[in-house]
Amino acid sequence: MSHPMPSFGSFSLILALALSVYTLCAGTLALWAIAKGRTLAISSEHLRETARRAGIASFIALSCAAFALVWASFTNDYSVAYILHHTNRALESKYKFSALWSGQEGSLLLWAWLLSAYGFVLRLRHKVDVTLSAYASTILAAIQIFFLLLLNIAAPPFSIAPGPLARDGFGLNPLLQYAEMIIHPPMLYLGYVGFSVPFAFALGALMMRYPGEKWIHITRKWTMVTWLFLTCGICLGMHWAYAVLGWGGYWGWDPVENASFLPWLTATAFLHSVMMQEKRGMMKIWNVWLIFITFLLTILGTLLTRSGIVSSVHAFAQSSIGSWFTTFMVLIFVVCLFTFFYQYDHLKSENKLESLVSRESSFLFNNLILLVACFAVLFGTLFPVLSEFYNGTKVTMGPDYFNPVMVPIGLFLLFLTGVGPLLPWRSTSLRAIRRNFILPSIAILVTAIVLMIAGVRPWTDDEAGGGIYALVCFALSAGVITAITSEFLRGAGVVRTQSGKNLFLASILLVRRNTRRYGGYLIHFGIVVMFIGLAGSAFKQSKELEMAFGDTLQIGSLRIVCQSYSQDSNANFDTDYAILDVYNGNKKITRLTPEKRFYTASQTPLTVVAIHSTLARDLYTVFMGRNPETDRPIIKVFLNPLVNWIWIGVFIVILGTAVALRPPLLPAARRPEAAVDASAGSAHA
Amino acid sequence: MPKRLFQTLAIVIVAVTMLGASNPDARYDKLGHKLVCQCGCNQILLDCNHVGCPVSPVMIAELHAQIASALPDAGVLNFFIGKYGPIVLSAPIRGGFDDVAWIVPFAVLILATFGVALLIRFWKRRNDRLIPAGPAIPPAPTGNSLQDRIRRDTDYDNWSQK
Repeated sequence: MSHPMPSFGSFSLILALALSVYTLCAGTLALWAIAKGRTLAISSEHLRETARRAGIASFIALSCAAFALVWASFTNDYSVAYILHHTNRALESKYKFSALWSGQEGSLLLWAWLLSAYGFVLRLRHKVDVTLSAYASTILAAIQIFFLLLLNIAAPPFSIAPGPLARDGFGLNPLLQYAEMIIHPPMLYLGYVGFSVPFAFALGALMMRYPGEKWIHITRKWTMVTWLFLTCGICLGMHWAYAVLGWGGYWGWDPVENASFLPWLTATAFLHSVMMQEKRGMMKIWNVWLIFITFLLTILGTLLTRSGIVSSVHAFAQSSIGSWFTTFMVLIFVVCLFTFFYQYDHLKSENKLESLVSRESSFLFNNLILLVACFAVLFGTLFPVLSEFYNGTKVTMGPDYFNPVMVPIGLFLLFLTGVGPLLPWRSTSLRAIRRNFILPSIAILVTAIVLMIAGVRPWTDDEAGGGIYALVCFALSAGVITAITSEFLRGAGVVRTQSGKNLFLASILLVRRNTRRYGGYLIHFGIVVMFIGLAGSAFKQSKELEMAFGDTLQIGSLRIVCQSYSQDSNANFDTDYAILDVYNGNKKITRLTPEKRFYTASQTPLTVVAIHSTLARDLYTVFMGRNPETDRPIIKVFLNPLVNWIWIGVFIVILGTAVALRPPLLPAARRPEAAVDASAGSAHA
Repeated sequence: MPKRLFQTLAIVIVAVTMLGASNPDARYDKLGHKLVCQCGCNQILLDCNHVGCPVSPVMIAELHAQIASALPDAGVLNFFIGKYGPIVLSAPIRGGFDDVAWIVPFAVLILATFGVALLIRFWKRRNDRLIPAGPAIPPAPTGNSLQDRIRRDTDYDNWSQK
């Protein structure tokens, strides 16, 4: 039997591998010849150019492979084992598309394709600095070869299913049949894979002993965009867990969640500490290692979750590709270490501080906290392995471990988020400290007192810890918001005085003049809003009840009345659902229909929760199933305060990053200077 | 006087914390969240909501029975450890090597804070050695009077007060 599309896909993967190998070999040879001043049989510049074009062509080959898999999914080509195991005929079209990343092989193909897409953009924009881009392109090709070897040897997505052709597939995991799952994995992968680019630039800059700090300017946008993708990916994952898994929470400290959080922490540290290098020429070694570690953590995360080293609720947990990732990670680490020691003298910088209390110090502490947080998460994730090694018994590291460890660290970070921007670069005076800190301090005190008067008295609860942390978090958040607002208003006030514009227009002008600074403030504000939402979980309530028709359940001020139960079915799933009316006092506020589905193709059940959201709280209802003895349905209800603020915070972070990415509005007097800077940059290339 | 005040405060806090601890519903909720369902879902026992999960109903029934038997919290948890192994706990709380899990992150935090403080001090001393005390040099103007004024008025580079 002929299989044209799988054959086309397999051929595309082999071609992409050949092109990537060429990009690596030709690029390395050309760069070596240029660096050493050697003459080759053909011009080094031409060879470098062919390597760049081969890299671009590898993107086209990988696009063809990805297209072949999606095509096979849409045409129900069950001769392909991957399509057989991850789709079925009744699956909605959008999920047939997302089947591309729903299994091991497909997700690796997505990874390789995204990497080639990033490489494609980098190679198209090579004129920003031709030599540095060539180094980065060659390093990216090396990374791409690893993924293409995996796809061609260890996890081929186009392998043919043995036996006679199946009439229907086994279906997609029902947990993945949710609209957000169409964008969550690509977003997360864009974040993971994207760190390859700043990594490639950093390693390339170190290899070529790149003069000055321009490579940081070049990679800054890459890093920020990647960081944004990872942030969005993580938060979409949180929202998916909240809306689909039906346990009323959004973050369970599962190893897969932790794996995505680790590079986010180090990348955040990098985005802060890199400013020290830009402004003061400090911390060069630290920054290079931060970006190396961030990239290594993306690989470690993949290793942890795909090798079965630690158990996780996510898929891919047990597979044979762990040894591939271990080898790759060791290899990358050795290359980084060797390059670092070989070029060590290039990274020497005169680190010095003029004052103990300064913006520089706050950045150091910010980096310290982010790295300690990263260590704590990694240590907690790996502790079951250590325990098994030492004691012979595995332990579980759940929220009961991570929350008490991570919440104080998070609050320290929140504190620094407020303090850092208030401290000037170089040094500060007592007068400045008094002036900058008086309002935030008052805000912290007033908020704490008002909350206690309003009834937030955690010491009266049985489980006081969470409440106390929440109280501290609310108070600190008020302080940080006051600090950010006062800084912003002070700047806007100056612009208003000078320009004669009203405060609103002056604020916009201020932001446009320094997009990076005020974009950063907006990101901080978004993070604070997220913290407020997270702190709400300390006041979460839940109730579970077997409910017959007309039964009521009271939670907080809300009364839930069970109106009816019903059943439905379609080609994809059968469903049991409850109809619940929600009252606040005597006023009906909404009707909720939580479901329990049973997917016929995969023979898997799924909970579909029903949520009524307001800014103050979420009413979260779950159809838990039927009591096998009484056959009466069991309804579980959660009252989750402030959850919406987490998602609002994410939107503010996205907005802030967009602002920070925009080039600042330069006054007419500086535009020619900027143009000269830009042309100097390209001249260097 | 302050010592007595602190002692009284401590007693009040402990007393308030102990109140309500014997409430069976609260204990069920508290202990149920310290246990992990052993069906392989890796979820907290009371959060496991798989249809027809063969394990969580059994474990929940055992939890109810243990609470009803008037065992203290530690006794209930020991019953589950004995039956399912230490993996049943949602956090390592058995002492011994388990303590390492709790100590190490905070030890690293303290050591790293100490290390950063020393580093800042070292860099400050190096700066003091290199640059003799004197009036600070204002940063180079940006060429934009508005931006310079914002920097000055917001203490951006903190040279105005020197």
